[in-house]
Amino acid sequence: MEIRSVKYRIGKNYGFKALVMIFAFACVIPLLFILFFIVSKGITQINWHFLTKVPKPVGEPGGGIANALVGSILIVVIAAVIAIPIGILGGIYLSENRKGRLPYWSRICTDVLQGVPSIVIGIVAYFWIVKPFGFSALSGSIALAIMMLPIVVRSTEETLKLLPSSLQEAGFALGMPFHRVIFKIIIPVGTSGILSGVMLAVARISGETAPLLFTALGNNYLSWNIFGTMHSLPKLIYDYSTSAYDEWKNLAWGASFVLLLWVLLLNLLTKLITRKWKVQL
Amino acid sequence: MESTIIKSRNFNASFGTNHVVKNVNIDIPRNKVIAVMGPSGCGKTTYLRCINRLHELIPGATSSGEMTINDENIYQMHPIFVRLKIGMVFQRPNPFPNLSIYDNVIAGYKLNGIKVPKAERDRIVEFSLTRVALWNEVKDSLNKKGSFLSGGQQQRLCIARAVAMEPEVLLFDEPTSALDPISTSTVEELFHELKTNYTLIIVTHNMQQAARVSDKTAFFYLGELVEYDETKIMFTNPKDSRTQNYITGRFS
Repeated sequence: MEIRSVKYRIGKNYGFKALVMIFAFACVIPLLFILFFIVSKGITQINWHFLTKVPKPVGEPGGGIANALVGSILIVVIAAVIAIPIGILGGIYLSENRKGRLPYWSRICTDVLQGVPSIVIGIVAYFWIVKPFGFSALSGSIALAIMMLPIVVRSTEETLKLLPSSLQEAGFALGMPFHRVIFKIIIPVGTSGILSGVMLAVARISGETAPLLFTALGNNYLSWNIFGTMHSLPKLIYDYSTSAYDEWKNLAWGASFVLLLWVLLLNLLTKLITRKWKVQL
Repeated sequence: MESTIIKSRNFNASFGTNHVVKNVNIDIPRNKVIAVMGPSGCGKTTYLRCINRLHELIPGATSSGEMTINDENIYQMHPIFVRLKIGMVFQRPNPFPNLSIYDNVIAGYKLNGIKVPKAERDRIVEFSLTRVALWNEVKDSLNKKGSFLSGGQQQRLCIARAVAMEPEVLLFDEPTSALDPISTSTVEELFHELKTNYTLIIVTHNMQQAARVSDKTAFFYLGELVEYDETKIMFTNPKDSRTQNYITGRFS
């Protein structure tokens, strides 16, 4: 082969590598922009007052997002408490029963549920829970739990499916009943996968606004009552960023920063958990 | 006269419509090593898994006929009792990866929620690991995870786990097929040790292994028990022409 043509091919190779790197970098740019924007606008808002005080009326300086922070944490924790046991047990069922009518349909249903827009889940929660019982944080938690469920179910199923069946058989051969095989062998060995699915699901619902619009509604005061209305970070951001007042807009920036930090921390935690709890097969 | 521990009469097993074990009649004597050999797909593993009722865990798997241990029908006992009496070692070593070596040995008690005092636990662990000639190799690293051991050590750990439950019968499903030759010979030596306390049923596709370790050999072919006799007779003077063909390597 001629030297020139080889050189041309080497050059083309470099060109292609450069192109791929540029596009890889392009994937990072949006996140960098968002981070830069939110951090630069939000970080100046953060102080002790911001985290512990409720918003002040327009015109008064200061004020914080304590009501939304407490609300978000409560709503998400309750949603997780509802969704995690159901999701993990459902995932176990699906991984144990690959074939059959019920597994088939529940698998399809979880997949479809995952694709249902959050606003639709919100409106359903509104008609089912809010109409008969009134606006409450609990109804928001239920709506978010419904959103979490398919993620937990499928990540549990996928994790457990990868475990070798010889593990289960080893348990059965020692005379262990089914529930002990599940709780003492399958779940401990799959912990890292199951937990990372749960954490991602929590991160995913933490920023959901739409279902909370119809359910938890919002509350300008600090509330611990899950049967009453409650504020949440996404709802606060939604309300205040569209308002006409600079104080409120700044509050929204601060809240965005807090929410972003929360989600990033959850993602980081997921990585740590996966590494720490990983069982070498 | 040797006493029989496991007995099957007209025993059949299938996966759905696939009839894999056909009408097997066999008497397994106590404290002997029984080799079950035959070409792949002849139903030997399925038969083994019927003895401790693991077969029925597979969806669509069925079985019929009589299978007894000490004249008690295995299929009328609760599977958990069956499996406490009949331990099993699998083809690939499968220690619990989340447990330490110590906990792996004691797993049958620990994971079953059977309370055993600490001193007794230590005794069981040492006894079981000594039985499988692993104690000296691991006594200083009992708290390490079982999956750090080599393949052969893992397999012996799995045997120790089964031995710890003090079963009457130990089933081995091709226990050395995933091991190197040295580990294989270590495990084979164990068989001679173990048969003083337990009855061993070993499925193998390796004829030499069957000849080396067993007292009696059963030959399965296409789901049928073709021949079952003293190992010496089986390998020197088989009655059935199919056994003859198999051991002389005319088919495998």
